[in-house]
Amino acid sequence: MRFLMLVKHGENPGPPPKEFLDAMAKLGEEAAKSGTMLQSGGLSPIAKSTCVRLSRGQVTAIDGPFTEAKEVVGGFAMFELRSKEEAIEGAKQFMELHRKYWPGWEGETEVRQVLGPEAFDPKP
Amino acid sequence: MLSVVVTATDTHRAIDAVWRIESARIIAGLTRIVRDVGLAEEFAQDALVAALQQWPESGVPDNPGAWLMATAKHRAIDHFRRNALLERKHQEIVRDLESKQDMAVADLHSAIDDEVGDDLLRLIFISCHPVLSTEARVALTLRLLGGLTTEEIARAFLVSEPTIAQRIVRAKRTLAEEHVPFEVPRGSELAGRLASVLEVIYLAFNEGYSATAGDDWMRPSLCDEALRLGRILAELAPKEPEVHGLVALMEIQASRSRARAGTSGEPILLLDQNRALWDRLLIRRGLEALERAEKLGGARGPYALQAAIAACHARARLPQETDWPRIVAFYEELARLTPSPIVELNRAVAVAMAFGPAAGLQITDTLVSEPSLKAYHLLSSVRGDFLFKLGRFAEAQSEFERAVSLTRNAREREFLLDRARACSEAEPKSGPR
Repeated sequence: MRFLMLVKHGENPGPPPKEFLDAMAKLGEEAAKSGTMLQSGGLSPIAKSTCVRLSRGQVTAIDGPFTEAKEVVGGFAMFELRSKEEAIEGAKQFMELHRKYWPGWEGETEVRQVLGPEAFDPKP
Repeated sequence: MLSVVVTATDTHRAIDAVWRIESARIIAGLTRIVRDVGLAEEFAQDALVAALQQWPESGVPDNPGAWLMATAKHRAIDHFRRNALLERKHQEIVRDLESKQDMAVADLHSAIDDEVGDDLLRLIFISCHPVLSTEARVALTLRLLGGLTTEEIARAFLVSEPTIAQRIVRAKRTLAEEHVPFEVPRGSELAGRLASVLEVIYLAFNEGYSATAGDDWMRPSLCDEALRLGRILAELAPKEPEVHGLVALMEIQASRSRARAGTSGEPILLLDQNRALWDRLLIRRGLEALERAEKLGGARGPYALQAAIAACHARARLPQETDWPRIVAFYEELARLTPSPIVELNRAVAVAMAFGPAAGLQITDTLVSEPSLKAYHLLSSVRGDFLFKLGRFAEAQSEFERAVSLTRNAREREFLLDRARACSEAEPKSGPR
């Protein structure tokens, strides 16, 4: 089962502490060694992003920053896992890492399954 | 034991997930200390039982993996304390044993806290040790490294649960009896041992990818498991080109899994597949792994060569863009390196695509008398295809019918029956002569 993890946080969390970066590097290494992480990446600041929107029959492109956005997606990772519980467990450990090494950081990891054929499979 | 877990509450589901994530590392770390895979697994299981008892009350700890490891470690220490106690009673060993024992325990703590990567690699090597039969290696590897239950392994290979359980028990006993060391082989031994590991992983993958028996043509979860093991191995042994070759091969093959079966599970041949359904992420990973193998000087390894062939298909956006002459060249190299009737059969298919069905058929003519292919349905199936393309429908039909009689897979049988039927429809109606 494939999962997309979206990490969301406030617009300007500031620079991460060195301890956090070290711990992240170690976690990334472990994720690679667990053979489950297919892809990951950080995203450019929302101020540099563009939103292309369809509304009332009109397609418009609006450049960031977007004042209404309280939390933004800062990074993502794609995992191949055996169950949703494994995905949740992984996300918990990821948040645990923030708690431990980045005091004051607040945010969330959204766990979304990427629907593959098995999602529509009637068999267990 | 684990079957209890999956049917229980949320906490139990979380425990199950933690177990699957952590068990291999815990077993690996413990094996280094207790020098016995079976014993290590027992202590790890003890820790799991403790979690099942305590976590529903206490909640899942912040670092569940560390909790399980610490608990398993304590079980190991208790075990050795108890054994030491017995020994002392029986043999009236001198008084200073206790202090020695404490020292041993302290060593145990620091030893377990070391990097676990090497232990995982050792665990892979010991699970795939040539002293075990291939079947035993596969079962033990899926069990210890994949964290699969006996029941899951049994289901994957369509054998009974007791059979798998026995296979695993016997494998663990053999490893203990033969005093197989818990180490990464070095020097001249490494190549052979690594080949055994790769064989086990690819065997599991293939059993998932083209199930030899049963109703499903693929068992994707087994593919995922093998692919995961391959990716782990690639991180643990990054300098081994053939590991990357195998990973590349599996990534690219797995990229097609969504396209290679129709809505009712029937097989769809490579050239008929909807390439939009190919998983570009896996293809990219596969091509990257192949590049790693090539950079390490392993472009001509048997797995890398097969991956290179798979890559030729992956790079072609349309079937007609496939570089068949290049594929033929790869097969020729593969045939020189690992000559086998199966490689020859695959070469025949590529030759037919590059230079026409007659050229392919000519190669298969030499394979018909090959004893190892006597009961191999794909030889008949391939010959049927060539003969069909050459307009020799009656001969094609009998080849397809022969293939039908030889396959054990229900989906494949239907597919071959369809092809046999198409032959009789294509055959110009000629009355009895």
